[in-house]
Amino acid sequence: MSRTTGKIHLFGAHIDTDVILPGKYLNLYTPEELGPHCLEGLDPTFIHRVRSGDVIIAGDNFGTGSSREHAPIAIKAAGISCIIATNFARIFYRNAINIGLPVFECPEIVSAVKNGDVIDADVAKGQFTVNGAHFQAKPFPPYIQGIIEAGGLVSFVHKQLNKN
Amino acid sequence: MGLTMTEKIFASHSQSGGARAGDIEILTPDVVLLNDTSGTITVEQLKKMGVSRLFDSEKVVLVADHFSPPKDVTSADAINLLRGFGNKFGIKNFYESGRHGIEHALLPELGKVGPGGLIFGADSHTCTAGALNACGVGFGSTDLAGVIATGELWVKVPPSIRIELSGQPGRFVTGKDIILSLIAKIGVDGALNAALEFGGSGLSCLNIDERMAIANMAVEAGADTCVFEYDDQVASYIQQTGWKAQEPVIADHDAKYLAHHTIDLEQLTPLVAVPPSPANGLPISGIAETFVHQVYIGNCSNGTITDLRQAAEVLQGNTIAPNVRLIVVPATSAIYRQAAREGLLEILSAAGAGISLPTCGACFGGHMGILGAGETAISTTNRNFKGRMGHSDAKVYLANAWVAAAAAIAGKIVDPQTIAPQAGRKETP
Repeated sequence: MSRTTGKIHLFGAHIDTDVILPGKYLNLYTPEELGPHCLEGLDPTFIHRVRSGDVIIAGDNFGTGSSREHAPIAIKAAGISCIIATNFARIFYRNAINIGLPVFECPEIVSAVKNGDVIDADVAKGQFTVNGAHFQAKPFPPYIQGIIEAGGLVSFVHKQLNKN
Repeated sequence: MGLTMTEKIFASHSQSGGARAGDIEILTPDVVLLNDTSGTITVEQLKKMGVSRLFDSEKVVLVADHFSPPKDVTSADAINLLRGFGNKFGIKNFYESGRHGIEHALLPELGKVGPGGLIFGADSHTCTAGALNACGVGFGSTDLAGVIATGELWVKVPPSIRIELSGQPGRFVTGKDIILSLIAKIGVDGALNAALEFGGSGLSCLNIDERMAIANMAVEAGADTCVFEYDDQVASYIQQTGWKAQEPVIADHDAKYLAHHTIDLEQLTPLVAVPPSPANGLPISGIAETFVHQVYIGNCSNGTITDLRQAAEVLQGNTIAPNVRLIVVPATSAIYRQAAREGLLEILSAAGAGISLPTCGACFGGHMGILGAGETAISTTNRNFKGRMGHSDAKVYLANAWVAAAAAIAGKIVDPQTIAPQAGRKETP
């Protein structure tokens, strides 16, 4: 299911992984345990408002700080279909791709939308429609595209090991 | 065109034998580091990958440091999972309470970090390794599962930003103040997707502990990694730890940098980073009267013997303010023993400090000193994000150990000069 329709949850710049998934939950690791705490450090009501297929849109440097993979796991488990940001912190960006949570750099969309707007997203193509306006995310480098097409790093490595 | 230190370290570990800023290279590190919070996910992912043997069990280091000693059953289960994984795959490098330390302080002591080395850690502060002319790079859990399975990981080689240190630091100015001043200048994304490379004549004034405090917070400027120049202090440090895996690197004189910054150490004063960003460093004189409920001296950036000596120097013969909770966390068991030998633990305890065994503890909001609603802490740790050390309303101010210890006595953030005029930097190490 590469096309989804959902609401936009709009955030500012430098959203750190401590507010996405507070440190006290780092002794948990399954999506089922982590999902209910998604963005709890910033907005404890978020988890009650989010619906499957919704999209997070944010400014610069999304996912800055701690390398905790628990953060993208929690976002994915909460039902978010993809994250669009001006840009991402390096480790968060890799983590999201590795676990199969689509992430897109698209600065144009960040300034053009409001919190609560409805977004139509084609996550396979990185194409988005909001209020009749169309947006195209930056393409991935070929190596990263290979990991995405494999369905994340686990199946990418699994295939590599079996090939050898 | 010449190469930066980062490019040289990446090149000596790359499949292609080269590395230029902007290239995607496949790298094999000297050490792979997991802890009890990141490692659980790595172990689960390795199971899903169907891995039956590791690329090199000698290169994998497991450190239970975050919820260590276990704070509850869930945390004990996580450490058990890590230990069981180590036993199953013959990983000898497993460290926990009593025979361990906070991972980034422990690895150099164990001789697992040294000049020219490449360390991949499932923790963002792996960049601490840069103090020893190495590259430490932080990753998430699944990336490191990939490395442990195959010995390989793709990395985009970062361009470097050169930081020139000049002059001698003032009496209460430490490595912490140098990095806080840099982050205040360039911002929390000022080195995004880049490496920080430190050098210059001012380097000789900073001991290895202070360099680790600087390298540790490179990630707070968004940096991928960080490398310090090699010198005699690094040489004598690794002589004690036995690092031999790689050779030192020196940047070529015509290496290409993304940017240059110079920090004149003589111009710096102690800084305090106001919540909620490490980029909010201000001189103490610029901080309005701020009372503190907790003073926390420890963590992977500033829980070294140098920090404990600074704290003890201020606290000797003093008593902390009645409303303050002072928690001191030596970063490793070796530092703990050294502090005991030097009588520092006696001084700190007599002043009213609670001394913890090594742990990441409250720094990340885990345990052993969590802040309640409305509480304020001054801390030698590296992050003051909203909710970082506990309640989302609690506030964390970041500072060096002299400033933190002075606040414990005064009950508020003050210039350490006013509390302990005899303390401070005496001479270059």
